[in-house]
Amino acid sequence: MTQAELERIYEAMAKAIDAVGPDQSEVFLARLALALAEDLDQPERALEVIGESTAALTG
Amino acid sequence: MRPKGRGELDSLYFDYPHFDPPTRPGGEPQMPVVVVGAGPVGMVAALTLAQHGVRSLLLDAKATFNDGSRAICISRSSYHILDQLGIAAPFLEKSLGWTKGRSFYRGRQILEFDMPDSADEKFRPMYNLQQQYIEAFLWKAVEAAPLIETRWQSRVTGLEQRAEGAVLTVEDPNGSYALPARWVIAADGARSALRGLCGLRLKGENYEGRYVIADVKMAHDYPTIRRALFDPTCRPGGTVLIHRQPDGIWRIDYQLREDETNEEATREENVRASVEGVLAEIGHDGGYDLEWWSVYSANTLLLDDYRQGRVFFAGDSAHIVPIFGVRGLNNGIADGHNIGWKLAAVLNGDAGEGLLDSYTPERRGATLDVFANASKSTRFMTPPTHGWRVMRDAALSLALSRESAGHLANPRQMTPHTYADSPATTPDDPGFDAGPIPGAMIRDVALGDGHLSERLGKGLTLLTFGDPDFDVPPGLSVLRLPADGPVARAYGAAEGSAYLVRPDLHIAARWRSVTAGNLARALGRLAISEEETA
Ligand SMILES: Cc1cc2nc3c(=O)[nH]c(=O)nc-3n(C[C@H](O)[C@H](O)[C@H](O)COP(=O)(O)OP(=O)(O)OC[C@H]3O[C@@H](n4cnc5c(N)ncnc54)[C@H](O)[C@@H]3O)c2cc1C
Repeated sequence: MTQAELERIYEAMAKAIDAVGPDQSEVFLARLALALAEDLDQPERALEVIGESTAALTG
Repeated sequence: MRPKGRGELDSLYFDYPHFDPPTRPGGEPQMPVVVVGAGPVGMVAALTLAQHGVRSLLLDAKATFNDGSRAICISRSSYHILDQLGIAAPFLEKSLGWTKGRSFYRGRQILEFDMPDSADEKFRPMYNLQQQYIEAFLWKAVEAAPLIETRWQSRVTGLEQRAEGAVLTVEDPNGSYALPARWVIAADGARSALRGLCGLRLKGENYEGRYVIADVKMAHDYPTIRRALFDPTCRPGGTVLIHRQPDGIWRIDYQLREDETNEEATREENVRASVEGVLAEIGHDGGYDLEWWSVYSANTLLLDDYRQGRVFFAGDSAHIVPIFGVRGLNNGIADGHNIGWKLAAVLNGDAGEGLLDSYTPERRGATLDVFANASKSTRFMTPPTHGWRVMRDAALSLALSRESAGHLANPRQMTPHTYADSPATTPDDPGFDAGPIPGAMIRDVALGDGHLSERLGKGLTLLTFGDPDFDVPPGLSVLRLPADGPVARAYGAAEGSAYLVRPDLHIAARWRSVTAGNLARALGRLAISEEETA
């Protein structure tokens, strides 16, 4: 993915989080991650990324 | 502002000059150009006019330079302008060039970025230099220029537009007088009086983010690398920027929380406490002296049209841009140079007044470009809503393990604006597959002991590759280059190719295979006909 493409996704997500509002943003992000994981179709990789993200925020 | 007991101009390292009011002549003949405001932009405009042989009168309401160090980052493109004016030497000697930035998230370095640089570039991407020095070096050149008369302590209070020029009302300690001018350059800053006299207003947005900018003097050992601290211990949730300046001065910018009022934040004891927090964070345990501070907010405001009758707006009078793009001053310097060479071409009879119509689209376009980039930086530095903050924090956290996410924190590149849509720019020749496109600034190339940029003329220059098979109009400087050399390679040129370069180093037109007719049409777009260059 190019830097510009990554940036477009970053912007779209920021706007989406604001659009769904703080009460629903957690559900929105979980739903998004689940849908992307299914599209990725590599369950082991998805579990690795879950581990990576958990470690970054708890370590 | 300065610490208690020190005056506005009581600097730890800079002596402000004092300028007396002018001794005026009995009558005031019409000046070709009056430049209002001897800030950096007004001085660049007057120097550009003088370089092209045009006389100007420079007015400023104050008796000295701007107080405080204000803008400190000067870009490569501004150095090219200073070089064109033949005055880059003192700037190069005093300033600190840099190429690198480092970003930290909660104390850990997440990114180190390098701005594009190579031996082909004569100048580094960025230089740090306090604005007083910028003004002092420009002033040295202005003072030495016989074609520029400067009047300090002279405030413009009135404007009357006429068909053949404008008449300004000027007040100095000896009274008030009328000053006729064919053209006026309004470089009178953010609170421009001329803008008000023309009935114009800046339009745009005010952003939420506010920063205190503080300069301290300290013995601190760190190279000239821009440091950005996101969510540091000393300012949870906020952002801090640190820049090194000459004379052992360090610029510390820190973001204010929503509940911190400007008034509270700028009280000396609060500034000291905040500065000390930052110094502790970066491991500086020596002492420091507080030099100057101020508060700055991120606005994107500009005029709809940079021209009103006989008056052209340049610099902060025409636009206020956010601090993060470090474009405030650089953008203004390009304005002053752009209107300077164009007015000179018209006054010298080299071009028709049509050339002046390209000023607003080119320079207003550049400001809109700055806004687009700066809004992105601002959204990252100072997230405006919950959504932007969540994404920003996610990107910063991700950057600890993934480089790609760190680049989201990369401040936008400071490439100069491309005047592709300007009426003065000839549409591109589709035959090229490399090189700077029409409207872009030239790309410098190492050539012999020096650089391509130094070989260009002061006016328009035709770069030809190989030998053109027609007579080049005499008003143009011609730089003949081999069709198989380093420039030809960088410019995608072959035998018979040519580039037409403007005095501001932007490309006006280019051809894979140039003809006399093509060249004449490109000159026509610049309102220059062959008879006029002859
Ligand atoms: C406190 C402060 C901090 C800043 N910090 C930064 C920073 O960190 N980074 C950055 O990039 N930029 C910063 N800027 C902005 C930067 O200083 C400006 O972009 C730059 O000075 C613009 O230059 P200028 O010549 O257009 O205007 P100015 O430098 O404002 O010059 C305008 C001149 O016009 C004169 N004048 C005004 N009215 C009249 C009149 N009626 N008659 C005659 N003369 C008049 C004034 O005396 C002044 O000398 C800061 C500005 C301020 C005020």
